[in-house]
Amino acid sequence: MQPYPLWKTITLVIVTLLGALYALPNLYGEDPAVQINTISGDPLPADFAETVQAALAADGLQAQGSRADGGHWVVRFQQSEQQLKAADALKKGLGKGYIVALGLASKTPDWLTAVGAKPMSLGLDLRGGVHFLLEVDVEDARKAAAQRYVTDLPAYLRKQDIRYTGRRQDGERTVLDFADGVARDAARKAIAKEYPELQLEAAEGSSALTATLTDAEVKRIVDFAVQQNLTTLRNRVNQLGVAEPLVQRQGSNRIVVQLPSVQDTTRVKDLLGATATLEYRAVDETGSADSAAASGIIPPGTELFYTREGRRPVLLKREVIAAGLNLVDAAATVDENGTPAVSVTLDSQGAKRMYDFTEKSVGKPMAVLFRETVYETNYNAEGVPLRESREVEEIISIASIRGVFGKRFQTTGLTSKEAHSLALLLKAGALAAPVEIVEERTVGPSLGADNIRKGFMAALVGLGLVSLFMVVYYKVFGVFAIAALSLNLVLVVAVLSILGAALTVPGIAGIVLHMGIAVDANVLIYERIREEMRNGIKPGEAIQHGYDRAFLTIADANVTVLIGTVMLFALGAGPVKGFAITLAIGILTSQFTAIVGSRALAQLVFGRRQRMTDLPIW
Amino acid sequence: MKIFSGVPNINFMAQRKTGLWVSSFVTVVSILLVVFRGLNFGIDFTGGVLVEVHYPQAVQLDAVRADLARAQYENPVVQFFGTSSDVLIRLPPTEETSSAKVSTTILDALHASEPNVELRRIEFVGPQVGEELTQDGSLALLLAFIGIAIYIMFRFEWKFAVGAVAALIHDAIMVLGFLSLTWIEFDLTTVAAILALIGYSNNETIVIFDRVRENLLSQRRMEILDVVNLSVNQTLLRSVITHLTTLLVLTALLVMGGKSVHSFSSALMVGVIVATYSSIYVSTGLAVVLNVSREDLVPAEQTDSDVT
Repeated sequence: MQPYPLWKTITLVIVTLLGALYALPNLYGEDPAVQINTISGDPLPADFAETVQAALAADGLQAQGSRADGGHWVVRFQQSEQQLKAADALKKGLGKGYIVALGLASKTPDWLTAVGAKPMSLGLDLRGGVHFLLEVDVEDARKAAAQRYVTDLPAYLRKQDIRYTGRRQDGERTVLDFADGVARDAARKAIAKEYPELQLEAAEGSSALTATLTDAEVKRIVDFAVQQNLTTLRNRVNQLGVAEPLVQRQGSNRIVVQLPSVQDTTRVKDLLGATATLEYRAVDETGSADSAAASGIIPPGTELFYTREGRRPVLLKREVIAAGLNLVDAAATVDENGTPAVSVTLDSQGAKRMYDFTEKSVGKPMAVLFRETVYETNYNAEGVPLRESREVEEIISIASIRGVFGKRFQTTGLTSKEAHSLALLLKAGALAAPVEIVEERTVGPSLGADNIRKGFMAALVGLGLVSLFMVVYYKVFGVFAIAALSLNLVLVVAVLSILGAALTVPGIAGIVLHMGIAVDANVLIYERIREEMRNGIKPGEAIQHGYDRAFLTIADANVTVLIGTVMLFALGAGPVKGFAITLAIGILTSQFTAIVGSRALAQLVFGRRQRMTDLPIW
Repeated sequence: MKIFSGVPNINFMAQRKTGLWVSSFVTVVSILLVVFRGLNFGIDFTGGVLVEVHYPQAVQLDAVRADLARAQYENPVVQFFGTSSDVLIRLPPTEETSSAKVSTTILDALHASEPNVELRRIEFVGPQVGEELTQDGSLALLLAFIGIAIYIMFRFEWKFAVGAVAALIHDAIMVLGFLSLTWIEFDLTTVAAILALIGYSNNETIVIFDRVRENLLSQRRMEILDVVNLSVNQTLLRSVITHLTTLLVLTALLVMGGKSVHSFSSALMVGVIVATYSSIYVSTGLAVVLNVSREDLVPAEQTDSDVT
């Protein structure tokens, strides 16, 4: 038998070691932990360790470990009882501005984390939790946007002294009638300048003008509606205090919300139902907000509110200049000087009031008040759910009016981060496009644990049965096959861990199924070796022929299985994707382990025996 | 351990026409079953609400139905799930947009008479999502067929591709017929099972095709029918063993893996058994009926003459 190339053996050893290294974190368990983030997303303060220590010490609690870990602070405990107490203590001790969430922290030692090794993440069907798929009603948002123009355009034309003779709404089109073509062309020119988002068409044979939204504008409206809901949902999910929540856009108008370890779907649905709005109001500078806050006596015609950042009291006039439903768009941008700003667009009603107000208030401050109605379901002593609503009111921005403006204006003097978060909050407060839950999957923690146990058992029993069969049937070569199969399992776990792909119940089914398929490669090779030996070929050569001839067959077969898997991954939903991933990884790694792995073993054991007359393969 | 002392010599191709007739007949029966009896679609495809709960002790289904009736759910499907303390409740999709609230109401209704009832899982699928999942699933199947056909045409020849794809469709239809007959629930993981089966079944076909190609090269004087027969016989043992190991792990999955992979593992088990047959009689048989010839597969002679 020819000597086996050294580089193949070395590759095998390296792959085995790397696979073992990256699969290793899965063997360490998890500690109950508390995760802390800042609500604003700012980095945690430098002395945070002491703050946490103090908050825990106040309640006589002792943490097992407390440190920053990838953007959030993780405090570990020995028992989940301590974890619950600590979460309460930390919520109390740290105050507002922080999200305190219950979670689990892997016990993976530092040296493993340092090389990027981490345990597999488990899908919701294994760890328990809630999955929602929400659909934003963009049709509604689109219609509302289109309808705006039937009042906006005539108002604008009146201001421009262009006379129209009629206006009407035709589906999502606004049709304006004019006395003659001259008036129409003038109107067309004027509208095109002020409303670039409209596509204007002059009807043949009449003097009517049709305005429709451009495709780009429709896309912007849809994006705005989805972004708005996304922002609101993120904010609210953060308030829930869940470790590793996922709020993500999916497709053009859907949002996925995944909350691991949450079972109380009622509470989650309450959150989704909350509504927000905003109000532009003048700041009252005559009275003192501090004394009003201290004495509780509020000057007539004003109301007392607090700023979101820093909880500073501010008196606002009662009149609302523009409200959330007037807001058409808000986006973080840069002004002409290149500094961060938020540009805001109002509809014509809001624009008119804004114009009237700013005309007489240049130099004075104006505030944006954010109002949110939050629903909570609490249970009374008898366990009957009580739905309660609570109003949250905060000032999110105060800025001086620098000039007279109406439809479009900018808020400047912000840092880039402030501009971004103000734009998001403004979006959240605009008239919300309704969302609807189109899919819900909740898995209780006991079912999740059951699924893990059953999946693990099935994999173990499957591996045992296959191993038993292979050893009985192929003797020593059966042992090689088992070694290759085990290495393959380690590699699948390692690759899954590195990719961070979530393991699901179908994913486990994929691993189990793939064990049956993976030994096929070895069966092909061994049957070939047997056949060659029946034809009178020497054992050493038979091994070589067996491996060489089977290679292409195995590759061909694997490619076709991969084709099916790729289709499944591309088109399958959620958990089924997990199946496709594990199966695909398994197929790729088995091509390597069955051919290179088991061959190296055969070579190691039989390579030096020159005068073999038979192989222990029968 | 040996099953045969040498390569078996069974004349498979003698019955190739009978094989194709039998396959056609069973395929038609399966299609009729699926068309007239239908499939037991899970809520992934139909939409609707499914709630699984666990009671601390055995319950009467009528008591659960009474609880639900009190909450105005008149016709829910209520059944045991594995044990007599695990209950599965299904509601058909409703037109109301607020149907997501249904799951909450159901839980409240059950809590009223048994506070310790434990929620195992809730699934709610809106009708539009169900429709999309059906579309995507069918599209995935279709694209897999096309992708595999192209690959085989590229690696072998179109007559083989026709045979291979016919076998895949045959196997998929058989499994659907089986699911219809046994009324096992058809959900998203079942689609995954069928796609995995397509890959697996094709694996079988490829192993035989590969051997046919090799034998056509080495046994130049042999009749094509004999070459095919020899190839099937040479790969027979390997097929039997592979099926055995796959069936072993699938049995483990069926018995130990819990109810959620039940339809997955049973669909695959039937598929694996059918695939053994179809790789011999449908894919290879059809390629032979289509008059596959040595020239179709052996371009080597051409390259030889090119060199001179």
